[in-house]
Amino acid sequence: MDIRSQISMVFHLDKCIGCHTCSVACKNIWTDRKGAEYQWWNNVETKPGTGYPTKWEDQDIYKGGWEKKGNDANGSGNGQATEHVIKLKGAGKAKGLGNIFHNPSLPVIDDYYEPFTYKYLDLIEAKAGDDQPTARPVSLITGKTIDIKSGPNWDDDLSGTPDYARNDPNLENLSPEEREAMFQLEKMAFFYLPRICNHCLNPACVASCPSGALYKRGEDGIVLVNQEVCRGWRMCVTACPYKKTYYNWHTGKSEKCILCFPRIEAGLAPACMHSCVGRIRYLGVILYDADKIEQVASSDEKDLVQNHMDIMLDPNDPEVIAAAKANGVADSTIRSAQASPIYRFVKEWGMALPLHSEFRTLPMLFYVPPLLPVMASLGKANKSQLDKMGPVTKQWSDDWLYDTSTEEIFATIDQARFPLEYMASLFSAGDTEMIKLRIKKLMAVRIYRRFKTVGDISEQKATEALADVGLTAKMADDIYYLTSLAKFDDRFVIPAAHREEAIEMMEFTGDNKGSAGFGFKGGTAQRGL
Amino acid sequence: MNSLNYFFLVMFPYISIAVFLIGTIYRYNQSGYKVTSLSAQFLEGKQGFWGTVPFHWGILMLFVGHMIAFLFPKAVLAWNADPTRLIIHEGLGFMFAVAVLVGLGMLILRRLTNARLKVVTSRMDLFVEFVLLAQVILGCWIALGYRWGSSWFASDLSPYLWSLIKLNPQADAVIAMPLVIRAHIVCAFSIFLIFPFTRLVHLLVAPLHYILRPYQVVIWYWDRKRIRRASTAWSDARPQNN
Repeated sequence: MDIRSQISMVFHLDKCIGCHTCSVACKNIWTDRKGAEYQWWNNVETKPGTGYPTKWEDQDIYKGGWEKKGNDANGSGNGQATEHVIKLKGAGKAKGLGNIFHNPSLPVIDDYYEPFTYKYLDLIEAKAGDDQPTARPVSLITGKTIDIKSGPNWDDDLSGTPDYARNDPNLENLSPEEREAMFQLEKMAFFYLPRICNHCLNPACVASCPSGALYKRGEDGIVLVNQEVCRGWRMCVTACPYKKTYYNWHTGKSEKCILCFPRIEAGLAPACMHSCVGRIRYLGVILYDADKIEQVASSDEKDLVQNHMDIMLDPNDPEVIAAAKANGVADSTIRSAQASPIYRFVKEWGMALPLHSEFRTLPMLFYVPPLLPVMASLGKANKSQLDKMGPVTKQWSDDWLYDTSTEEIFATIDQARFPLEYMASLFSAGDTEMIKLRIKKLMAVRIYRRFKTVGDISEQKATEALADVGLTAKMADDIYYLTSLAKFDDRFVIPAAHREEAIEMMEFTGDNKGSAGFGFKGGTAQRGL
Repeated sequence: MNSLNYFFLVMFPYISIAVFLIGTIYRYNQSGYKVTSLSAQFLEGKQGFWGTVPFHWGILMLFVGHMIAFLFPKAVLAWNADPTRLIIHEGLGFMFAVAVLVGLGMLILRRLTNARLKVVTSRMDLFVEFVLLAQVILGCWIALGYRWGSSWFASDLSPYLWSLIKLNPQADAVIAMPLVIRAHIVCAFSIFLIFPFTRLVHLLVAPLHYILRPYQVVIWYWDRKRIRRASTAWSDARPQNN
């Protein structure tokens, strides 16, 4: 066992209102620079939609992530002898060096958008005349006036549109009827998907870098680009299946989300997380076994998601604690891991899932799938229900109803407004049972809370609903607390940062010990003579 | 005329190599961060493909070919002794030269016409491209007009280059050569001269170490186990990992 700690995250999509505060906070701090204008280290996408860059999930186009070639030697999927059964899809030693002069799978600026501003000064300096002065858009690259073709969040809230929603790569496994049903005006729904770098355990960007500029920090698992080493070979942009490494066309270097490591080191939450209006974000430390990374990443498709989540170890297991200590993991980090909201959401409660596990990078960002677009408007209302509606609702002449009753809620999940296959394609590598269980859990907690607060559901029924998905009343209370009431320190359990030790990254504290005000800071040995 | 020849074929090589060495080392030490070629594929990829791929592979092969004739002249002469092999050798070389010519032409065109590329193009970038273009055109001219270059390079030019290295310059044979060939030689040393001041430096940082590296890179700031050990408390060397 090689126990390491990793900063990990959970995004609760049911709470995301798509306000883009996270994106703006990040943009203002890190990417408001020449060459980085188009970069959104944090972005929020409307799903279904094509995302940013356009159709990033379609690896037939972008060739990101790892792919499994053949099976491992004993065919069990969890066995030994898994030597290099996964390969980088669009990069790697042979492909990377062979394509070093021209990377055939590199997204270009038009796959994102051409950054622009407006000639605001024209509004002020225009000569007096009969026409209203206008501020024409100008490209931030060439400085010339352009017709804006696309921009940040260009497809925001555009579910159902032919250009965006209907080109979502996740619709691939859906039948034409299912797709059509999804985009009927009356049933149309969407949700938001905030994305940052996943700080993967098996990062494809790191593996693809010919210069060795990308690396994973041992202490907290944050994946970074060393700007001094990066030579701009651009393989990381191709290799990252989430398209979260960006090429800065001005400096000729790659850049990516740094998880606000200067803030994390100081015990503060990253800017995107701190500014989250919906409080959808959770950040904490998990412990995992680094020896298992390759084996888990090479799992068979059907076991992949489960194995991925199982790489997290129980921070309360005495064996794990002992192994972690032996490996130099600090006590405060272990304590943080024990209080980690991530471990609870992902393992204890089994409510969160990774995004596109099938890319095999073992992302460390987990999502609680959204309930509302899935469950809303499940069944047809009957006549008596319609009679109770106000005139506004009645004008909505269709008899679909935003159903919040609980009677048949579990039974109707399969007829959900969003086909489960769609959600499964995003979060569970196509496994609909897995996503269904998560949605049922979300629903069960609601039923339980309704019993507690409204009281029109019997205790027996609420307990049954919880038992049905393997939750207890205690767990439901905890889930409710962490989802709805949690304070800053509950949502962000960042280890006490070890500021006292952080200086050891820069210098050896033993050098100056006992010499404050006395002796020689340079050390006696260096005085000469 | 003779003094001009002496300057360009004897003095100039030493000057250019000296500038190349000192300049490159100085540049790497001063701003190693900028030792790259500032790829523009992100701004324009389609046209670039037809320029950059033939150009790079072509010039790489031509460089290797010149180096072989310089380092192993006898082997090249032995290979060229058979007319069929000579034709294959010269034909291949000329093919690569044409590839460079086509690719370079495309790259220059791209740099001059694409508005986005103009933003990331310096005057030096264009200057380098035109110097290389001149050099390739001279090379093609020589290949067609003064056959067979691969043989007389090995028998006459290689000794000249070796004499420069041995600090005992013997330029007589070269001075007697046609002006085009002398121009090709001077242009070659000019490329060395301007090398440190251009984007050409990126060829010195070709990432060949990638081949031997394990795929994943993990960096630990310090050795957590050792730094806690009492025995390291007063040691001069920090228990670092990197």
